[in-house]
Amino acid sequence: MRFNKPKNALEGQARPLPDMSESATEPLVVCNKCKKALTLDELEHNLHVCPYCRNHFMINARQRIHLIADAGSFVEFDQELQPTNILGFPDYDKKLEVAHLQSAENDSVVSGECTIEGRGAVLFVMDPYFMMGSMGSIAGEKITRAFERATVAGLPVIGFTASGGARMQEGVVSLMQMAKTSGAVRKHSDAGNLFVSVLTDPTTGGVTASFAMEADIILAEPYALIGFAGPRVIEQTIRKKLPAGFQRAEFQLEHGFLDDIVGRKRQRPYLAQLLEMHHRERGQA
Amino acid sequence: MTAYEKVAAARARHRFTSLDLMGEVFSGFIEMHGDRRFADDKAIVAGLAWLDETPVTVIGIEKGHTVKERSMRNFGSAHPEGYRKALRQMKLAEKFGRPVVCFIDTSGAYCGIGAEERGQGQAIAENLTEMMALKTPVISVIIGEGGSGGALALAVADEVWMLENSIYSVISPEGCASILWKDSTKAKEASECLKLTAEDLYGLGVIDAIIPETKELGPDLKSRLVAAIAKYGSLPRDVLCEDRYQKFRRIGAGS
Repeated sequence: MRFNKPKNALEGQARPLPDMSESATEPLVVCNKCKKALTLDELEHNLHVCPYCRNHFMINARQRIHLIADAGSFVEFDQELQPTNILGFPDYDKKLEVAHLQSAENDSVVSGECTIEGRGAVLFVMDPYFMMGSMGSIAGEKITRAFERATVAGLPVIGFTASGGARMQEGVVSLMQMAKTSGAVRKHSDAGNLFVSVLTDPTTGGVTASFAMEADIILAEPYALIGFAGPRVIEQTIRKKLPAGFQRAEFQLEHGFLDDIVGRKRQRPYLAQLLEMHHRERGQA
Repeated sequence: MTAYEKVAAARARHRFTSLDLMGEVFSGFIEMHGDRRFADDKAIVAGLAWLDETPVTVIGIEKGHTVKERSMRNFGSAHPEGYRKALRQMKLAEKFGRPVVCFIDTSGAYCGIGAEERGQGQAIAENLTEMMALKTPVISVIIGEGGSGGALALAVADEVWMLENSIYSVISPEGCASILWKDSTKAKEASECLKLTAEDLYGLGVIDAIIPETKELGPDLKSRLVAAIAKYGSLPRDVLCEDRYQKFRRIGAGS
């Protein structure tokens, strides 16, 4: 795999230092859904899925690519693109620097071309560890270019979303990325190509209101929060507590906005089968 | 005027609404109701009207004036059915070769249980892809508040204009302030940071024109619309759509 960066940059930092004393206990994390304590090793071996309640923990973009793409097949696009503080927004430069340190990424989207069980696809992945996966001009540009390349090459696009929405620090320029990416999705679609989105926790705001919901096939990970407005904003607006399970993947499936919920372990063969079923010879109309 | 004064002006109770402006610009407006899926969302008005001698499809986000009207209009915050109603009218416009004019004035798409249950995000997303490929001219005018995705859902257009005292923003200044400084009363400072005025957005290349709010606003807007529709109406449909895509394609991280 063409990694210029550590695969687990964030985890490398978040992991507590090993205690060398005899009484050392294994580092524990608590599942935010079932509240059971899990060891990090246990979690890692289970693809960051809680073995008790199937809660899917957030993972970074490189881990995601590692799980989905055939080993060594991922060739990254536009890695050099770097965000700038286009509006001179207070503290944005500092936030970008921290996000870069936390995620080892330049922005919230990693895109490229790969094979999945031998079938070619353009893959883009949002990284929730880079400013909550928020979409600014670099994320919008990378996704747009990914669709444009896929359209030229006649390739399907697989997109994993994780985002708090449009990035406030880039103002209306981020809002416009919703229109820009939607235009690229539309052109890719009009050329007869397949787009599959996989919505992961959390997918909200401007990302839900653009490419996440524009795919031919929309999938989600179990229990992922998926919505337009975030639950806190809704609670403030309606001055009521929201019911349990509101805006979770299961709720969205029930309301007709998802095609299927697919657990992390099943995703690779599932996507490979979809690619197989939509396979077109190059140049075929 | 400072950015926050513009915010106040755009939100002012006595400010004209979409229906007021539509009355000055168009004639013979016939309102068409409903999305054929769920309901008729009164936050969005849509229908047919004459622009001089040309039949056009007009869509406006309406806030209303009196307390009763404002409540009936949900203060100009549309539910998914409002965006679906607008899209239905746009598709009819495409079918019959009518240009589309959208007037936008919303603090944002409504945030509530029903809106989420019926797919607010999906409704907005669908408008974005459909408007991007709509084979008829579309002109959108921000007349007051252009609140985030709820405004953009009617603003994927060949030209986007803003009235002099309107605003267009990714988040409300209050929302921005509460995220940035955990203090929603710092909306004034946040308004400056967000670059949400017509001048700012014209400078950033996001909008195509600033319309001065003179006494002649109605006739001025009308003559501008007539000219724009003549211009875009004369383009081959595939060129029209490609130009529309390229217009948005250029914004941010220019390639």
